[in-house]
Amino acid sequence: MALDSKIPKGPIKDKWTDYKNHINLVNPANKRHIDVIVVGTGLAGGSASATLAELGYNVKAFAYQDSPRRAHSIAAQGGINAAKNYQGDGDSTYRLFYDTVKGGDYRSREANVYRLAEVSANIIDQCVAQGVPFARDYGGLLDNRSFGGVLVSRTFYAKGQTGQQLLLGAYSAMNRQIARGKIEMFNRHEMLDVVVVDGKARGIIARNLVTGEIERHSAHAVVIASGGYGNVYFLSTNAMGSNVTAGWKVHKKGAYFANPCYTQIHPTCIPRSGDYQSKLTLMSESLRNDGRIWVPKNLDDVKAIREGSKKPTELTEDQRDYYLERRYPAFGNLVPRDVASRAAKERCDAGYGVNATGEAVYLDFAASFERYGKEQAKIQNISNPSEAKIKELGQEIVKAKYGNLFQMYEKIVDENPYETPMMIYPAVHYTMGGVWVDYNLMTTIPGCYAIGEANFSDHGANRLGASALMQGLADGYFVLPYTIGDYLADDIRTGKISTESSEFEAAEKEVTERIEFFINNEGTHSVDYYHKKLGKIMWDKCGMSRNAEGLEIAIEEISALRKDFWQHVNVPGTSTEYNEQLAKAGRVADFLELGELFAKDALVREESAGGHFREEHQTEDGEAKRIKEFQFVSAWEYKGEPKDAVLHKEELAYENIEVKERSYK
Amino acid sequence: MNLTLKIWRQVDAKDKGKMVDYKVTEISGSMSFLEMMDVLNEQLVNAGEQPVAFDHDCREGICGMCSMYINGEAHGPDRGVTTCQLHMRMFKDGDTITIEPWRAGAFPVVKDLVVDRSAFDRIQHAGGYISVNTSGNTQDANAIPISKQAADTAMDAATCIGCGACVATCKNSSAMLFVGAKVSQYALLPQGQVEAADRVRNMVAQMDLEGFGNCTNTGACEVECPKGISLDNIARMNRELMKASI
Amino acid sequence: MSGFFKSSIGRKVAMALSAFFLMFFLLQHLAINILSVLSPDTFNEVSHFMGTNPLVQFALQPVLIFAVVFHFVMGFVLELRNSKARKVSYAKNNGAANSSWMSRNMIWSGITILAFIGLHFVDFWFPEINTKFIQGDWSGTMEGIEGFRYHEELVHKFANPLRVGAYAFCFVLLGLHLAHGFTSAFQSMGGTAGRKKTLQNIGKAYAIIIPAGFIFIAIYHHLNH
Repeated sequence: MALDSKIPKGPIKDKWTDYKNHINLVNPANKRHIDVIVVGTGLAGGSASATLAELGYNVKAFAYQDSPRRAHSIAAQGGINAAKNYQGDGDSTYRLFYDTVKGGDYRSREANVYRLAEVSANIIDQCVAQGVPFARDYGGLLDNRSFGGVLVSRTFYAKGQTGQQLLLGAYSAMNRQIARGKIEMFNRHEMLDVVVVDGKARGIIARNLVTGEIERHSAHAVVIASGGYGNVYFLSTNAMGSNVTAGWKVHKKGAYFANPCYTQIHPTCIPRSGDYQSKLTLMSESLRNDGRIWVPKNLDDVKAIREGSKKPTELTEDQRDYYLERRYPAFGNLVPRDVASRAAKERCDAGYGVNATGEAVYLDFAASFERYGKEQAKIQNISNPSEAKIKELGQEIVKAKYGNLFQMYEKIVDENPYETPMMIYPAVHYTMGGVWVDYNLMTTIPGCYAIGEANFSDHGANRLGASALMQGLADGYFVLPYTIGDYLADDIRTGKISTESSEFEAAEKEVTERIEFFINNEGTHSVDYYHKKLGKIMWDKCGMSRNAEGLEIAIEEISALRKDFWQHVNVPGTSTEYNEQLAKAGRVADFLELGELFAKDALVREESAGGHFREEHQTEDGEAKRIKEFQFVSAWEYKGEPKDAVLHKEELAYENIEVKERSYK
Repeated sequence: MNLTLKIWRQVDAKDKGKMVDYKVTEISGSMSFLEMMDVLNEQLVNAGEQPVAFDHDCREGICGMCSMYINGEAHGPDRGVTTCQLHMRMFKDGDTITIEPWRAGAFPVVKDLVVDRSAFDRIQHAGGYISVNTSGNTQDANAIPISKQAADTAMDAATCIGCGACVATCKNSSAMLFVGAKVSQYALLPQGQVEAADRVRNMVAQMDLEGFGNCTNTGACEVECPKGISLDNIARMNRELMKASI
Repeated sequence: MSGFFKSSIGRKVAMALSAFFLMFFLLQHLAINILSVLSPDTFNEVSHFMGTNPLVQFALQPVLIFAVVFHFVMGFVLELRNSKARKVSYAKNNGAANSSWMSRNMIWSGITILAFIGLHFVDFWFPEINTKFIQGDWSGTMEGIEGFRYHEELVHKFANPLRVGAYAFCFVLLGLHLAHGFTSAFQSMGGTAGRKKTLQNIGKAYAIIIPAGFIFIAIYHHLNH
């Protein structure tokens, strides 16, 4: 099947408006005869569920958590971008579009990104109307902060809990529809397969995680909003339950999977401390606004610090290497995430890592304390303030901005970041790849949509900070509700979809058999044993930098590990009870397939772009080197084993932006 | 360090349940409490036993999923943290740790340490929203200035993660801190004014219906709340309901 | 409005309103009783006024009785409902970690106060009612006593050290009840003032002065009878 991205004709700034003017609509009286299933209740799924229900569709929403409010969007800290230009610093729809395409290393689809930038302003209006308490200045107007990879302040925020507040906004919109009976909510339910009838997505098979019951749910369309697959690395900033299963199941039923190798490794996470570690904790990128990143210049100092005989605060300025400021004077500490992460890895690989594992760099706020402190002293008319006073005043300002992050750091690391610099290291955070979708956000299965992080989306090879929240809400509130109507307009006479068809029967049987296998398998290793092994392969060979040899080994290793998993995995308990190990076994089984496709995709992509860095393709000073021939989206078609997957290319055309070397110097 | 764990085990909602003793060894102080539980569960799975079921997801203190009553306190002895952020350095070698699920009639046990908090969702359905459609035609976000103080206070209320520690801690199993926080967030913002009276009436009515106890102002909830939600929110809810009833 | 008092918050408010009334009553009761130490004659005058004034006897007294009964009945009802809200109790609960003993044991301090009121009624209120309403003697005098009888009766009651001890014990618990109840009532009424330092200090002072005053009076008369 040839890929058709269905991008509307016409100038980029009119595409979306024209599109909306010409699509089919469903009359309100007919909408109540149409059912839509939404899998996942994060920003994308939650906002889509609420909006579709408002429009009049009957929505069935599914979440594996005990409440929609707990989806992992809630953990996003820093903010949400919108081209409001409230600061009057020259922002515009075009600039947001431009920054996003450039930030994505010219590997995203122009038309989608432009639409995203276009609706971004609306998101803020919508959220404020819903009662989202964004930060405000003393005049009562909305405040903005700046994020990595851009030169304007366009990020709206709610303390360090922006994702939480936006999700609670979407959740509140859902609540209103649940109360009206327009959304039927299925908490603690996990989608285990999609059901395709006559070539169209017509329902899902879900498991009730409390009772173990396998349920059939039918609908006229299925929306996958199940988030990203960062947990393929075992350790990531994702929630423990985050998984690829929904996306992978639709992939196996005919949806192409795009760019699986594009992974974002976030630069400011708390370094790992031991083998028992279950997850990594991210600290908002906004910290880079005020923190300076450095490692010691001399290896002797590194050694002394690791041994504990020297403190980082004892090092003088000229003994420190502020490597981001050195390498990228224009953007300094605010370079995009992929650049910042690789630079940290480069220093640590060279032996300059500052903790026991050798995988940590400093994020130092001392300069900010001083800068803010002096500013405050002036404001408060304190003449000749002592150094201690300046530090105290400055710390108050920093505390007001990032207090909760500092507190979180101290709780985890047991060191006071006001007194000694923070230690940070990159961690897997976001996956730009995902289910391939066209301009309508529809996958290659008619009637099956993918939104939010679950799709391969708008971020190309690297996502800019504060853009994930923007995309999730744009898809759910403002894009999908239009595009899905165009498709559903043909379904007004279809009537209720029966769950008694042979397709439902077959899908349920497959799901049940797999569960029975896990329960009955007399294995020797726990699910986590395999998950950790997979994670290690992924991190070592498909992590921040990759090479052909490593990737080939990774493919072999994952394939062998998968085989071993299906022979020796041990799942306790029964299938008819609350059984977390069983749920996890299914997720890890899918990760074991995805991981291999991931490595294969990375191997095929013989260039460096954004989060995908191939050691064979770098400039002389170690920057990522794109190759013109790879200006396409890799969309993989499932053919049984991951190694047999067939590559389809969606060529990317840049008509409104000149493709340039991405430079932050 | 080596620890003895006394853990509540209950097969399902119908089971009576009991406390069971376990031993874990070589626990590091840098582990989070849940990572310690992972160690126990790995040990149980390898021994062919049923692992302990507990709710958890984000493991960074924001999703509100984790919910253990540790040594007689919700989320354990540390302050301002959820169980996933509680670190083992808070305990000593040889300690015995008692771990129980949230206890409240309105939070029935699902299994072991997992409880059903859907009562919180139902309270939110009753009015935890502002009735505005996602039409894309809302007025500009800066059209109504909101004082920084109101926005900040609303934000403080809105940081509630809905974990239920307030209910678990309260000697009366009262949900007023949770409901008060939600009522307050909207009551403090101009957008929330239109429906303020109905909202507080409906949410309080649902709260009562769910079988939560009554607040007696012990203040325990505020102390144990991982997000430090203030008792002022309960006072504000009381005020809002009085205002709505007159 | 009727729906309001059926809601959990409405009940709280009703508790607070009755508490405010009772706290005011305690204040005036102490103010009058302290006169028995300062000036027996004034004490007699005021007692006679309070005991015979129709407004006090037929308007305020029933309100007071209603408030007392309401506060107790509602207190018990709430306590019962609240304990039912948790069907299985914790194997280990560390209440002291997050709340004061007083706040957690209002029911026990309350029951003690109820017992005290029983004793107090037997000592003073029933005889008064008997004298006035059954025997119809509204003179406030007694054979063998010059002037009004109130001071003499009061002093006589505190001759018994056991009674003084019981009074003192109950008043200590009243103090504990007030230590939480004073600011709690403000909080229930929707005031955040109860959480401000000034009001907390006033609350503390009140919770100490009221019981200490009554105890002082009891001991004073015991020693000086």
